[in-house]
Amino acid sequence: MTPPMTITEKILAAHADLEYVEPGQLIQARVDIALGNDITAPIAIKAFRQAGARKVFDPERVVLVSDHFAPHKDIASATQCQIVRQFAQEQHLVHFYEGGDMGIEHALLPEKGIVVPGDLIIGADSHTCTYGGLGAFATGIGSTDLAATMITGDCWFKVPETMLFIFTGKLPRWVGGKDLILYTIGDIGVDGALYRAMEFTGDTIDTLPMSDRLTMCNMAIEAGAKNGIITPDEITLKYVNNRALRPFTFYATDPGANYAFVREYDVSTMEPQVAFPHLPENSRPLSQVGQVPVDQAVIGSCTNGRLEDLRLAAQVLNGRRVASGVRLIIIPATPWIYRQALKEGLFEIFLEAGAIISPPTCGPCLGGHMGILAAGEAAIATTNRNFVGRMGHPESKVYLANPAVTAASAVAGRIVGPDDL
Amino acid sequence: MVELPQRLAHKRHLGDNMKLQGQAHKFGNDINTDEIIPGRYLSTSDPEELAKHAMEDADPEFVVKARPGDFIVAGKNFGCGSSREHAPIALKAAGLSGVIAASFARIFYRSAFNMGLPIFECPAAAAEIKAGDEVSVDLDSGVIADLTTGKTYTAQPLPSFMQELLADGGLMAHVIKKIGVQSQ
Repeated sequence: MTPPMTITEKILAAHADLEYVEPGQLIQARVDIALGNDITAPIAIKAFRQAGARKVFDPERVVLVSDHFAPHKDIASATQCQIVRQFAQEQHLVHFYEGGDMGIEHALLPEKGIVVPGDLIIGADSHTCTYGGLGAFATGIGSTDLAATMITGDCWFKVPETMLFIFTGKLPRWVGGKDLILYTIGDIGVDGALYRAMEFTGDTIDTLPMSDRLTMCNMAIEAGAKNGIITPDEITLKYVNNRALRPFTFYATDPGANYAFVREYDVSTMEPQVAFPHLPENSRPLSQVGQVPVDQAVIGSCTNGRLEDLRLAAQVLNGRRVASGVRLIIIPATPWIYRQALKEGLFEIFLEAGAIISPPTCGPCLGGHMGILAAGEAAIATTNRNFVGRMGHPESKVYLANPAVTAASAVAGRIVGPDDL
Repeated sequence: MVELPQRLAHKRHLGDNMKLQGQAHKFGNDINTDEIIPGRYLSTSDPEELAKHAMEDADPEFVVKARPGDFIVAGKNFGCGSSREHAPIALKAAGLSGVIAASFARIFYRSAFNMGLPIFECPAAAAEIKAGDEVSVDLDSGVIADLTTGKTYTAQPLPSFMQELLADGGLMAHVIKKIGVQSQ
């Protein structure tokens, strides 16, 4: 009989045509989806051509999204997008997104059903781990690995050990997936899950909406993890049912599977979390933030730019005005989210509050464009990283928080929660 | 196009006792890819252009101070954050011999091998080597020597799979070997 495996091990084993894999084992595995963007794909395309390759392994499984510096911020980035476009056309890629079809990759792929539960997904973008929220194995790789996979359709992996995080209790108001993951990273540190899988479970996760699950898995990389993952269930089924473009498989951890680490958190008294500069591990409960003025607030990104996030922000902003001197930038992550937010009247609330509504883009999150900070400025953001210079000048600061806290802070002009308004 | 590590592979095949030598530049823990190559420079993937901004947000003077052959010596979790391969490309194009660190973030670790940027995991060397020390690394034995203090350290041996990649000249050369058929 096969020894018990975790969900991560089971997905890897299935894609390597093995009955059993164990942590530390090197495997060659089939890749369901290989993803690149306008920053990382040009390097991969160059390597692809240099290798003398002519065709991608499957034009339905190589996905390219020009989302980082789009709409093109300058001539150089327009050229990068041109390289991606030409390659996508030449290779007849089914899933190539730019312009008005483009959304932030990690919001777009689940929304369109391109990635599904049980998949093995690699992406030349560190936040590829987002798709673990669907019960897939998804991990970030570099451009050269992407090039190799675009040619062969497979990739080598070292099977990671799994760390289990059990969340129990009812989430307090204004506390969500972003807070759970910031708290966890604060607990274990930015390399606390280095080379490992983070599996999230417990009764809190059982009722956690898909958007929050995607947020949690999205930031697994901020603890150094190879992947984050949540066992698919009824919530997953409901999410993928009318979206999935391919058949999917629900995997679950076997009873008695081995974990390298187990940690349990009672969330019933958890406060919203704020991660201070310059590492995501510097998280503090909202009550211990003190007086922190902000010049900018950003609601968006692959972490928190989904419709649920915008609804939360609208709930807080309804009937209120952004503080004088503060720029509130709201970035719906995909065209569908954008249109839906418009239909639901969220844009009216945002505009009344004095917010700027941006087209879908990664933009300011990585200091690209559409909201760059000057020296000495501070921003609160629903994004994923607060490294030195991440959103602009090396002497600027970024504080990470959930959408409700970010919206409330834009109104107050300093970091506060919605209940402090 | 980024260079594949032909030089290293060649030396290894000849069985030479290949040594890298240069001065140490010290950095702390959790040096992330935004510090190694800030997002504002990612609208190009030209190695020479990227090299001009290597380590800029960790030390704006780095490219002025670093000479070809020098090493970065850093703490834990070097290369954390974004998957941008621009980070190892920038360090390699800046002419560095490599990076010695207490530990590496996994995407950076993988990409460094794929690019042919030598990296060495060795907590003791990372802790004890001081800025400005003359350092040499023997690629075959993994022995790191601090020539200034006379101390030697042994880096974690490379997994055999990684050695294979390096011997083939990096990941793409490895792939070309595998799929020679398609390029005919």
